[in-house]
Amino acid sequence: MAYSEKVVDHYNNPRNVGSFAKETPGVGTGLVGAPECGDVMKLQIRVNLDTGVIEDAKFKTFGCGSAIASSSLATEWLKGKTVDEAAKIKNTDIVNELRLPPVKIHCSVLAEDAIRAALADYRDRYADQLDGAGAPAASA
Amino acid sequence: MALRFPIFMDAQSTTPCDPRVVEAMLPYFTEKFGHPASRNHPFGWEAEGAVDAARQKLARLLGVRDPKEIVFTSGGTEAINLALKGAAEMYREKGNHIVTTAIEQRAGLDTCKRLERQGFEVTYVPVRPSGLVDVEEVGRAITDRTILVSVMFANNEIGTLQDVAAIGKLAKARGVLFHTDATQAVGKVPVDVEAMGIDLLSCTAHLMYGPKGVGALYVRRRNPRVRLQAMLDGGGHERGMRSGTLPVPLVVGFGRAAEICAEVMPEEGARLARLRDRLQDMILSSVDEAFLNGDPERRLPHNLNISFAYVEGESVLMGLNKETALASGSACTSATLEPSYVIAALGASTELAHSSIRFSLHRFNTEEEVEFAGKRTIEVIGRLRDMSPLYELAKEGVDLKSIRWKAE
Repeated sequence: MAYSEKVVDHYNNPRNVGSFAKETPGVGTGLVGAPECGDVMKLQIRVNLDTGVIEDAKFKTFGCGSAIASSSLATEWLKGKTVDEAAKIKNTDIVNELRLPPVKIHCSVLAEDAIRAALADYRDRYADQLDGAGAPAASA
Repeated sequence: MALRFPIFMDAQSTTPCDPRVVEAMLPYFTEKFGHPASRNHPFGWEAEGAVDAARQKLARLLGVRDPKEIVFTSGGTEAINLALKGAAEMYREKGNHIVTTAIEQRAGLDTCKRLERQGFEVTYVPVRPSGLVDVEEVGRAITDRTILVSVMFANNEIGTLQDVAAIGKLAKARGVLFHTDATQAVGKVPVDVEAMGIDLLSCTAHLMYGPKGVGALYVRRRNPRVRLQAMLDGGGHERGMRSGTLPVPLVVGFGRAAEICAEVMPEEGARLARLRDRLQDMILSSVDEAFLNGDPERRLPHNLNISFAYVEGESVLMGLNKETALASGSACTSATLEPSYVIAALGASTELAHSSIRFSLHRFNTEEEVEFAGKRTIEVIGRLRDMSPLYELAKEGVDLKSIRWKAE
């Protein structure tokens, strides 16, 4: 199968590979997929607790080139968004941007799952702080 | 010598034609274009003579005494279909049971599945972790309803060489026919249908430096005389087992390819095994948690199959494919995103079945190419592991089995 130029670019130059140090404040982590299915994504966001803006994002992915590209793209898109805006990213946006063929759509679904899992984890961890005045991500 | 890219190391999917093969074929497209079944003019005689010569060359390579026992087909898939379906239909009154293995190539497995839908019973004998079939287990699977045992000679993914002679002996003792899919073995390792007790043998030209589009089925004529129900109706060519005008240029190329293989096999096998061992040593000595798949001794000289834990096979190929063409799983399944059923049949975890890479060398690979491919593979695995959440967890000492993964 031939890959789109954008998938190849993300594969060759993945954005934001890595992990945040364990105790970094404002971090939410999503770990989705399963080794026996051939893809696992770990996606992390670091949110500014005062503004609710995602200031940084990192990923690590076990999977095919399209899975790597989907998660790399997701981290790019997450940066600068508020957690509410981030929740609106859809797998179809990723499919369109990377021109994923039908057999690779599950990679984009997994990336969306990873975003949601990271946001949920962030909300769980910081629920107390977020209940305060004007905290933008307390809707859950 | 400067390297030329991309380097081909996927010779168990296909091989390039040897230039000597192409040279032998060319006249049979233009000036020697006759139909080998035209009995009444020189064009036909010339074509028939060329086909007979090719049949003899292939017979010699396979240890076949009577070249008439060779039936030309369109390739390995057709040969396997003809052997299994042809025998099943012909001997239906005698029994309805077939014994085969879990690691046959798709042509074998899917033909058996079809026969099952038609009322046949098939036993899929498992393999040991090395990929070797337990001959005693094959023996235990044979019943008084068994008509055929079909076990591949060499596996297409892991290269494991079965104990064909022992299975042939067993089949003979139990009075059942023995077919072997030798598509990966012929021309690479010694094959002898007499010494090994083989009744039916499938092979193909394009895996032994011949052209695509031609294969052969060896069908034993005496002791016992094997009869097959033909799949195609027509002019009754090839002893009535395979009607259809023979593709004379391809058959001639197949013959020439067989002749060259017979001549160079000992030297070539030793050279490719040496290169393969070098590649294996390079990779296994510098990559942790890399596992050799298949039997380390009993395997094809040009095959190397390694699972790299914590990285997915397709992503490895993507990192290499501009420079080196390799395979993950088999070429037949790489379009379906399924993990390799062969690696899974060895009892490896499904995760490792997603992580297998096959290197298969050929006649024209050089030492420089092997050095390059080894070095690049090590780099790509390193890069992907830096990106792998599983590798990170494993290095932190987390047991991956302790995590409750949410499968899609």
